[in-house]
Order: sequence, then C-alpha cells, then structure tokens
Amino acid sequence: MTGAATSGEAVLSVRDLTVRFGTKRGPARVVNGISYDLAAGETLAIVGESGSGKSVSVLSLMKLIPEPPGKIDGEVIFRGRDLVAASEADLQAVRGNHMAMIFQDPMTSLNPVMTIGHQLTEPMEHHLDLSTTDARTRAVDLLELVGIPSAARRLDDYPHQFSGGMRQRVVIAMGLACDPEVLIADEATTALDVTTQAQIVELVQRLQEQLGMAVIWITHDLGVVAGIADRVLVMYAGRIVEEGLVDDLYADPRHPYTLGLLASLPKPGADRPETLFSIPGLPPDPIVLPPGCAFWDRCTYRLDAACRSDVPELRTVAPGHKVATHYDITAESP
Amino acid sequence: MSAPDRPLDLHDAGTPPVEHQSRLREVLGTLVQNRLSVLGLVILAVLIVLALFGEAIAPFELNDIDVVNRLQGPSGDHWFGTDDLGRDVFSRVIIAARVSLQVGFIAVGIALAAGVPIGLVAGFYGRGVDSVLMRLMDILFSFPAVLLAIAILAVLGPGLRNAMIAIGIVYTPIFARITRGSVLSVKQEVYVRAARSLGASDARILRRHILPNVLAPIIVQTSLSLAFAILAEAALSFLGLGVQPPEPAWGRMLADGRRFFQDAPWMAIFPGLGILFTVMAFNFVGDGLRDALDPKQKSVIESRGQTT
Amino acid sequence: MTGFVVRRLIQVLLALLGVSIIVFALIHLVPGDPVRVALGTRFDQEIYDRLVQRAGLDKPLLEQYFSWLSNALTGDLGVSFRSGRPVTAVVLERLPATITLAFGALFVALVISIPVGIVSAVRSGSKLDYVATAASQVGVSVPDFWAGIMYILLFALTLSWLPPSGYVSFAESPWEWVRHLVLPAVTVGLISGSILTRFVRSAVLEALNQDYVRTARAKGLPESRIIRKHVLPNAWIPIVTVIGLQLGFLLGGVVVVEVIFAWPGLGRLALIAVQDRDFTVLQGAVLYIAFMFLMINLVVDLLYAYLDPRVKYE
Repeated sequence: MTGAATSGEAVLSVRDLTVRFGTKRGPARVVNGISYDLAAGETLAIVGESGSGKSVSVLSLMKLIPEPPGKIDGEVIFRGRDLVAASEADLQAVRGNHMAMIFQDPMTSLNPVMTIGHQLTEPMEHHLDLSTTDARTRAVDLLELVGIPSAARRLDDYPHQFSGGMRQRVVIAMGLACDPEVLIADEATTALDVTTQAQIVELVQRLQEQLGMAVIWITHDLGVVAGIADRVLVMYAGRIVEEGLVDDLYADPRHPYTLGLLASLPKPGADRPETLFSIPGLPPDPIVLPPGCAFWDRCTYRLDAACRSDVPELRTVAPGHKVATHYDITAESP
Repeated sequence: MSAPDRPLDLHDAGTPPVEHQSRLREVLGTLVQNRLSVLGLVILAVLIVLALFGEAIAPFELNDIDVVNRLQGPSGDHWFGTDDLGRDVFSRVIIAARVSLQVGFIAVGIALAAGVPIGLVAGFYGRGVDSVLMRLMDILFSFPAVLLAIAILAVLGPGLRNAMIAIGIVYTPIFARITRGSVLSVKQEVYVRAARSLGASDARILRRHILPNVLAPIIVQTSLSLAFAILAEAALSFLGLGVQPPEPAWGRMLADGRRFFQDAPWMAIFPGLGILFTVMAFNFVGDGLRDALDPKQKSVIESRGQTT
Repeated sequence: MTGFVVRRLIQVLLALLGVSIIVFALIHLVPGDPVRVALGTRFDQEIYDRLVQRAGLDKPLLEQYFSWLSNALTGDLGVSFRSGRPVTAVVLERLPATITLAFGALFVALVISIPVGIVSAVRSGSKLDYVATAASQVGVSVPDFWAGIMYILLFALTLSWLPPSGYVSFAESPWEWVRHLVLPAVTVGLISGSILTRFVRSAVLEALNQDYVRTARAKGLPESRIIRKHVLPNAWIPIVTVIGLQLGFLLGGVVVVEVIFAWPGLGRLALIAVQDRDFTVLQGAVLYIAFMFLMINLVVDLLYAYLDPRVKYE
C-alpha cells in the first residue's frame, strides 16, 4: 500500500493552520501555520514530542478545542467546505460521521456510567438515523470487527468491565460507527502495553484495508510509524519540520530533529533497550518562541547565521520529501 | 512522579518543593485579581479598625441610656436609630464587631489547634489510629453545627468563653478531615520517602515535609470556617447562650430587636447586616484563596494552554 | 447487596452505641443534680424520689448505662424529667413538623441550585456565572435567623400574605400546612440552595472537563445531548452525596429558625431540653438525629450503586 496512496486525490487539505491559546502570560502559539494534504485511503503519521502541537493540530481540524481560550486560523478543506469557518451545526454533522477520532487513553475516554452499547449506537442514531434495533445490530458487527469476543453479550456491559486493550477496541469501534472517510488516532496506543499496542496497530491497518478510509496517526514514537504509515510529518514547536514518504524519511532523514528521534529508537532485535539516546533539552515555551529556528538551542548543526534569526521555510529536497532547515545535513555531516 | 522505580535524587530530596516567596506573591497576585476577594479584604480591614478603635469611633457610649428617645427611627443623630432603652444602635453595632471577630478567631484557632494535629496523626500513621480518630470525628460531624454547640454549652454552661470552646469543637472535624486527606496524598511523594530513607524522625517529617505541603487547603478552610464560626456565635448569642449582656453582640441585639421589630425594625435590621457583611467578607476571601491556592483548579486552567 | 445492607446496618448500630456512650458520659459530667434542676421551683420530694428511681440515678453509672441501653433497645428511652412523659413519644410527636420543614427546605434548595448550578457550569466564565457565584456567596453568608425575621416583617406583618409563625398539620388543613411552611422553608432553603449551587456547579464543571465529554463531542452530538447524557449522569454522583449531607442536617432540626417561626421541630425540642436540663429528652433527641444522619448516609451509598455502575456492593 505504500506509495500508491500519495497520488490519490486529497480528501482533506489543511492550509496554514494556526492555533493559539490565550494565557495569563500572553498568547501561546501552539500550532504555527501548518499545511498538508491527506489522500483518500492514505495513512499519514504526525510525529513529535509532547508539546510539539501535534494533538492540538488534529483536535483543531474538527474544532474540538475550547474557544476561548483557543483560537483557530487557516483553512481545513474537507468535503469541499472549510471547517474552520463552518457553523457549529455543520461541524456536528461532520464529527463522528465523516471524520472520527480515537483518543489516547481508553480508561478515560469512555463514559463510565453508560453502557458501551449505548455509547456505540449513539452516533449511529444521531447521524445515520438508524433505529435502536438496527444500531444495536451494527454495534455488534463493529465489535466483532474490532475483535471483541462474544460481542452481542457485551453490549450492555460498562467500560470498567473491559481490559485496557479491549476498551481501546471499543473506542475504535466507536470511531468506525458511521463509516468515516477520515479516522484520526491521537496517540491511540500510547497508554497500552507493548503486546496490545502491536495488536491495535495491526487492527487499524486491517480495518483501513477493509474499509478504505484515510487515517491520521498521531504518535511520539517513530517505531510505531514504520509499520503503519505511508507518509510522515515531523512536527516541532507547532511547525512541520520534515515531511516525506516513510521509507525516504527513515533512509535519509534531513532534519536534525528527525535524526535525533530516529537515534532514540531502540535497535531492532535488541529485546531490552540499552541506554537510549535522547535529544537533550526541552521544546521551547510556546508563549516565547525564538525568532529563528525553534530547534536552535538543541541542535548540533546550527552552523548558519540565519538559524538564529530566521524561521526556516519548508523546502523540497527530493520528490515528495520536504524539510525546514537552513543547513543541509546530508551534504557534510559532522 | 511517584513511580516506585524512580531513582531518588537525594540532593533534591532535602527540601519539599514549596517556594515560599514566589508562591506567596503569586497567590496574592491571583487574589487581588478577584474583585470579590478585594471587596472582602476591604470589609475585613474596616472591621478590624472597628474592632480595635470601636469606642473611639462610635458617636455614643455603649450604654448611654436615653429613655426619652427610645425606639427612634434612623436620623441624623442616630444613623441606625435607637433601641428600647434609647441607646444608639449605630454605636452598639460598631462596638460589637470586636466580640464577633474575637469569637471567630479564637474558636477557629481552637479548631485548628485540635483538628490539624488529629488529621496529621491519623493520615500519617493510618490503620487503627486513623480509624479510631476519624470515626470520632465522623460522629461529631454528623450533628448539625448549632445543635452540637448547644449540646456542648449545656454541659459547659452558657457564656462567651464556653461558646468559643463549643464552636471550636464543632469545627474540629472539618480540619481533621481536610488535613488527613492532604496528608494521605502527600506522604507518598518522593521527598517524604527520601527524608524517611535518610533517617528523619516522624516528628521532623511531619513538621518539615508534610505540614508545609498541606497548608493550602487548611488556609482556605480557615477563612471559610471563620465565616461559619461568626455565624454560629451570632446564633448562640441570639439564643442567649453566647455573649451575655451588657456586652453587645450582634446576635444578642437581634434577639432583643425581635421583641420590638414591628415598631422598631432597625433594631433587628442593622445588627443582622453586621453579621451578613462580616461573614460575606470571610467567604469572599476564602473563595479567592481557594482559587489561588487549589492546585487542581489551577491545573485545569493551565493545561488548556498546553494540551498536546 | 443484602449482605452489604446488613453490614451497614450493623455499622449504624455500632455508631449509635458510640453516640449513646458519649452522650451518656457528657450528661453525667454535668455538675449538679439534673432532676433537682429540672424540677426547679416545683420541687417536691415525692416526685423527686420517684423520678430518681425511675431514671435509676441512684445506681452506679455503668449499671445506669446498661439498664438505659437495654430499655433503649426496646424503644423505651426513659421519661422526661420535666414533663414525666415518655421520651420516645416526646421525640416522635416532633417528627412530622421536622420532616415537613426538612423536605420543604430541600425542595426550595433543589429548585434553585440544580438549574442555576448547571447553567453556571456550562456557561462558566460568563456574566451569568459571575452573578450566580456572587449571589450564592452572599446566600451562604446570610444569618438564617435574621433572614427569617426579615421575611416575617415583610411577608407576614407588612404584606399579610403569609402567617408569621406556627405549624398546622397536613391532616388538619393541607392549605394552611403549605402556607405555614413557606416562610421557614424559604429561609432555610435559600441558604441550603446557595451551598448546593456551588457544589452542583463544581461537579458539573468537573464532569465537563473529562475526556469522555471530548469523545462525545468528537461523535458530533449536539451540546444539549452531551450535557444530558454524558455530563449530568456523571455529575449526579458527587451531587447526591452533598444533597444527602444537607438532608441529614435538615432532619436534625434547624434550631434557630424553628425558634423564630415557633415551629414544633426537633431542634427546638433539643434547645428546650438543654435550657430545662431535661437530659433524658436531650439524649433521645440526639440519638434520633444521629440515627437519621446515619440512615441517610446508608441511602446515599445505595443510590451510588444505582448511579454508578462501577460501584457494586457484595
């Protein structure tokens, strides 16, 4: 599936998306003008540390952040309409229906006092106008699809009666309820143990092939990305710093940050990670972003004077491969 | 933070993570931004001045009896009118501020002195000590406040001093509960476990490491309890069980005014307003303190700026 | 479930035992002879001896306690030193007025606090929220006895809409029962309601900030449905506790308000018992109040199991 998907027509176009939060100390610039296209049936991974703005950027696609204190600018073109400018009613018609979302923590993202059957059928009754009986039938099908054993009997159970991995399957089934064109998974495996993580990744891959939806997969773990994504966006301090097909990015990383992320992955085959490399320092405070490259103070290649003063633009270095640096690290790596 | 396998940073472990100076400034800053809290602080400042210099400020003596001018309505001479003995209600309301504040502070002081140690010990040692102490607190807590105070006064006898003791006992369980709850969450923190592993004594750990970190909820509760203690004192004095004449107390004046309230409603209205404003001031300040000190509420606001 | 209820009832009995020991000890710590004080100026040696003997005050303290306890278990709480009537009857005849006022006040409190608290939380930070918060702060600061007197002055004496005081039983006249209830219930209910409003607001706000609410929004549900189906069912759980606590206190009697409205409730009974040093009555009233409070707590715990599927009582 790799490669082919990128040439498809875009189902979602993000243009210059900017998100700010008003705080007591001033506006926090969490997402700073990002643009990308998502092709039909494609899996796009957005990778970055916590604090890179990746979650906020996808929450903003459906305007799921509180406004105020949040403020979203730019365009999100989906089904021929700009969601940033859309009314609340139009957004509700999109959310959970054409574009669905899976959240990080299955322990907290399900309502503890509502049966999972009810939580599953809720969007179907609302968006698809299904009767309760039809919705329940579909809910059982979906639970079976995501691999919940004896699904029909578990419909009237409450979330606390499921294990963490099973709950995440329920959350995924909820995302699939209305057969969305785009499914956004926000750190959907982070809260799970390694074995369950692998199962969930495999499940999403299988579902994508079966149902043909596009997937945006948010993670801080480049290791997960290798197995699932067609294309990768690397985010840092609210900007895209590198973008490329997954193989190109792994084989030929151009941004020092991407390089650092790759270096911090455990070696394949090593069953216990030795001392892992990690990039020293912390991401910059979104309230006081530096005038130049946001990665400057953690970067080992900051050789160009412009690094300090100008924000590097995203430029194409190879077909489908873009990077935002002032300095080409493959040319003369130290 | 408290993952059991996290290596202990001993250099860090010596001092609990409370930065007194900057924290205080931050709290005051937040407090001043809250308009109601500022109003509360202003009212309290006026009350404290009245409590200290009430006699000097009041236009009349406390017991200036002037039977000819009894039950006069508010006028230029007598802003709040006169009572059944012709005494100036304004002067009496002003002078009574002292006893109200006094009862409030001393009663809450008693509740703090009893409740905080009980909560510290119960929360820190747990098990049997905890369940015996907290059961006892639960029993005390299960009675309506004024009724419990009345029952205690039945044993001790009425009067100002006993009223303060009774109110102090009534509000002890709240402090014990709040302290215990905070101790339970603090005692698992790394710096407490570190101090213990360095061989600090229980008393030292409680005093140096736990107490400073459970202070915030206690401070908030102190301010709110002052409000309720003053209300309780007024109720007891109203029932004739608290402050005894001739000392003026708002509750007592209200009770006297009640007998004349068809002819001289001002006798009941103004002492009641005195109680209302005092209690309100403590509530406003307490609520502002809660917003400034409660880390949970704060994290909700802050996390909105940094969600990823 | 049954096992849980039985265990909790045993706990209630144990707690009552604790209360009775404390009350008994306190009463016998009081200096002076309670019977002599209770009889006051009507002192008569014959009556005195009979009361002392009936109350067993001539026996050792421990024996007194156990005989009182064994009687109490059969429902006999002794006789009033003052009136000579059985304490159980004296306490029971105060129940209708007490329960009427408690539920009347709770009704007023809920009618105010539930809608105001919810709207305040949903529109948190708005003008409306600010006004509601300030109003509830003022509400909790109002001395109930002062408010009661002001209402009497305005609605009874000046406007003559309502009777200034007294209690009429429902059986006697439902209409008068309501009319007499309004002022005391509003006096107590406005204050209770102010307290509850703050709790409702914070419980709803807490639920609104949960991840599952974001999930519900991501499903594209309308906000009204999210509030109804996801926020409120979770917010009820802490709210019910506070309502239970309030009801527990109200059923214990509201002393000062009962005094002002000449309401024949338990609070006033306890006050009179204290003033008269009628300790058998005081003891009975205190035991009843503790019992009510503990039973309400039990009911709240059972309600939990209904509201929160995670709670199961084995």
